[in-house]
Amino acid sequence: MTAQPSATQVAHFTLTNGLEIVVIPDHRAPVVTHMVWYRNGAADDPPGKSGIAHFLEHLMFKGTEAHPKGEFSEFIAGIGGQENAFTGPDFTAYFQQVAKEHLKTCMEFEADRMTGLVLTDEIVAPERDVVLEERRMHCDTDPGAQLGEAVQATLYTHHPYGVPIIGWGHEIEGLEREDALAYYQRFYTPQNAVLVVAGDADPEETLRLAEATYGKVPARGGRPERLRPSEPPAVADRLVTVRNEKVQQPNWQRHYLVPSCRTAEPGESEALDVLGHLIGGGQTSLLYRELVIAEKLAVSAWAYYHGTALDRSRFIANATPAPGVALETLDKAFDRVLAKFLAEGVDEGALERAKTRLVADAVYARDSQSDLARWYGSSLALGQTIRDVEEWPARIDAVDADAVLDAARKWLVAKPAVTGHLLPLEAEAA
Amino acid sequence: MQKYVAASSPESAVNVRTLVTPRGLDVWLVESHVVPVVSLEFAMRGGASQDDPGKAGLGLMLASLLDEGAGDLDSQAFQRALDEKAVEISFRNDREHMAGRLRTLVKNLDRAAELLRLALNAPRFDEEPFVRVREHANARVRHDANDPASLAARTWRANAFPGHPYGFPAEGTLETLAAIERADVVAAAKRVIAREKLVIAVVGAVDEKGAAALVDKVFADLPAYGDLKTVGAAEFSGLGRIDTVTLDAPQSTIRFGRPGLMREDPDFIASLVAAHVLGGHGNMTSRLFREVREKRGLAYTVFGAFYALDRGGFYYGGTTTKNERANESFEVASAEIRDVALNGLNEEELEKGKTYLIGSYPLRFDTSVKIAAQLVQIQLEGRAPDWLVERNRQIGAVTMADVKRAAGRAFGDGALYTTVVGKPEGF
Repeated sequence: MTAQPSATQVAHFTLTNGLEIVVIPDHRAPVVTHMVWYRNGAADDPPGKSGIAHFLEHLMFKGTEAHPKGEFSEFIAGIGGQENAFTGPDFTAYFQQVAKEHLKTCMEFEADRMTGLVLTDEIVAPERDVVLEERRMHCDTDPGAQLGEAVQATLYTHHPYGVPIIGWGHEIEGLEREDALAYYQRFYTPQNAVLVVAGDADPEETLRLAEATYGKVPARGGRPERLRPSEPPAVADRLVTVRNEKVQQPNWQRHYLVPSCRTAEPGESEALDVLGHLIGGGQTSLLYRELVIAEKLAVSAWAYYHGTALDRSRFIANATPAPGVALETLDKAFDRVLAKFLAEGVDEGALERAKTRLVADAVYARDSQSDLARWYGSSLALGQTIRDVEEWPARIDAVDADAVLDAARKWLVAKPAVTGHLLPLEAEAA
Repeated sequence: MQKYVAASSPESAVNVRTLVTPRGLDVWLVESHVVPVVSLEFAMRGGASQDDPGKAGLGLMLASLLDEGAGDLDSQAFQRALDEKAVEISFRNDREHMAGRLRTLVKNLDRAAELLRLALNAPRFDEEPFVRVREHANARVRHDANDPASLAARTWRANAFPGHPYGFPAEGTLETLAAIERADVVAAAKRVIAREKLVIAVVGAVDEKGAAALVDKVFADLPAYGDLKTVGAAEFSGLGRIDTVTLDAPQSTIRFGRPGLMREDPDFIASLVAAHVLGGHGNMTSRLFREVREKRGLAYTVFGAFYALDRGGFYYGGTTTKNERANESFEVASAEIRDVALNGLNEEELEKGKTYLIGSYPLRFDTSVKIAAQLVQIQLEGRAPDWLVERNRQIGAVTMADVKRAAGRAFGDGALYTTVVGKPEGF
């Protein structure tokens, strides 16, 4: 075990089997959030097995040799705890929120299912149907979600971020017990996991509990490798259109490939955060003022930089057109807004407001143990350090106008992008 | 000294003080200086049930326009003022209330209070934001027009409460939104924004004096009385009927429900325990979850709960299943509902359900914003701060006989009114 000092109260340890531990004390309520993050997500699904990370996440609730079917969930329900799990492109996480005296029991259960999962075909088959229903509900019945999937698949021509997290329906149908177990054995190891405990927990005591539970899971050698093809530079502009009879409200979107917090040059990811806010964060942003208020081409408009990713990530703009406005008009209007941004430079007042807002978010996050647990957990799962997280507000504060303009020039203005159009059927005839 | 208290009641962590401000307003305060943030939550009577049927969506328009310019600040100036200090102010409209929320860093509390004061006391309702907000509401209606879950909820509500405000679309329709004029919003503000029946909670890094000053600044100059219309009792319609709305989708979205008990009913708490065991939200061990999802793989979501509004209580639940198996899904769910109606719960279910509801209560109080929202809700229900303890005591006291009687009264013979959206087979 090695301990690293931290600027705040947040404690960071590593067990001898390689499990990283983060403890974020907050003693306001006698409650703890217990999370385990695995450094693998949907983008690590083997080719042809899309959806396996997410399917396994469902199957992780099915029981182990020591704690058969449903015992963990029964325990959590019995003490009035909350539990769930989620799969992202780069990580998979499991969490419980419980009264503090149940922390050790949660650790025992969670450590047990790191290696002890038992699956039978009788369990796997109905759960695959559940996932197919989840996909139907969230994707197949919603033309907006279908456009989202199509845009993402177009933006990433080679990298697996182009494949939906839940998987493609025809591949989910073919996922078997053996696929889930092979994936499980490859990735669910202490070296590949980060334990986060936030709330009414003492760091040293938590470490002791972790050693007594997770510490017993044998080390499995090096951390499993993520084998992902990288995305080639984009050279083509692409337009993706979904027309569907269910659509009554069209939608416009634009997606750019941009660096993530892990692939960016120093300061660049933070400049993109600020840029996203200036271009499309709320009603005072440039996009809203131009498209919605001044030109009345849209009834809402926003933009967002998604920096939390391992590989090349996205900058997204979105607008809901005003009645009668063609989406092609928004294509041009967005380009015009970007050009105007470069031509006029950064308004110092707006820059300060954007930074104030982003830095305040870090303070607001301290009010929620589960938000903090997610922030630290996702950052560490992406290979960032505690220091990276804690210094983020200072790095945002250091962003100046030149950095923002450089980021806009380098990644957005006149760069190849994917534009998405969501339209009703009758627009075809018009 | 370390406190080792079981988290069986939030009261150990949430020390509520009730105070009366110098200008006579009641406030519930939880003071905590760990994080330099202050949250304020409030609610007034009002909401969508005050809308005229021909102007459904008016309450929503009102709530959406309060942060769109006030006093000397036009919409952009007001929004910039919020951004300058990272102050968060939002308003929302539910069925029976107009509610709002403020969150700020404590160092900006004065400015935040001033902005919330302006929004409530001197809203401008300028023409530009009025038109813009209405266009946004129209876009929302068009977006939801064929969204299966929205469509199912709208249809179910309209048919379960025909002619009653609970059945009107709170979000309005393209026709009703078009009928709303700026003068309607001004009039609605006069009817709703008042100190009458106002409830307030403040949570965070502020002491009694600071909280009282904040509340007086924001609310004390509001008119004492609004002018709310009386809403009649909501009669439930359609029991035993299934309405199908055809939509080209691979799944059927099913919504079902029936009348429930009023909050004041002595069996209300026991009926909540029964509903939790049957299909409570987030209960991954509920009967519906087990029978519909785990055993048969019929759906990703399945749920049901009792809702107690001022003028009627009801049960509302649903599930979403591929068209081919939609009827099977509905039959499995309704069989479980009938079983609970006729037989109540078994002892193990009752005990587990009670332990869960008691143990999970403190988890609703884990952030300032959530604490403030809970404290407002408790006040709206007309309860005292001891509800933080009393609620769990009442759940703990529910017996087998109570739950059987309450399930029998609340679920009756288990008959449901049901809406199905999709291309369901077997109905």
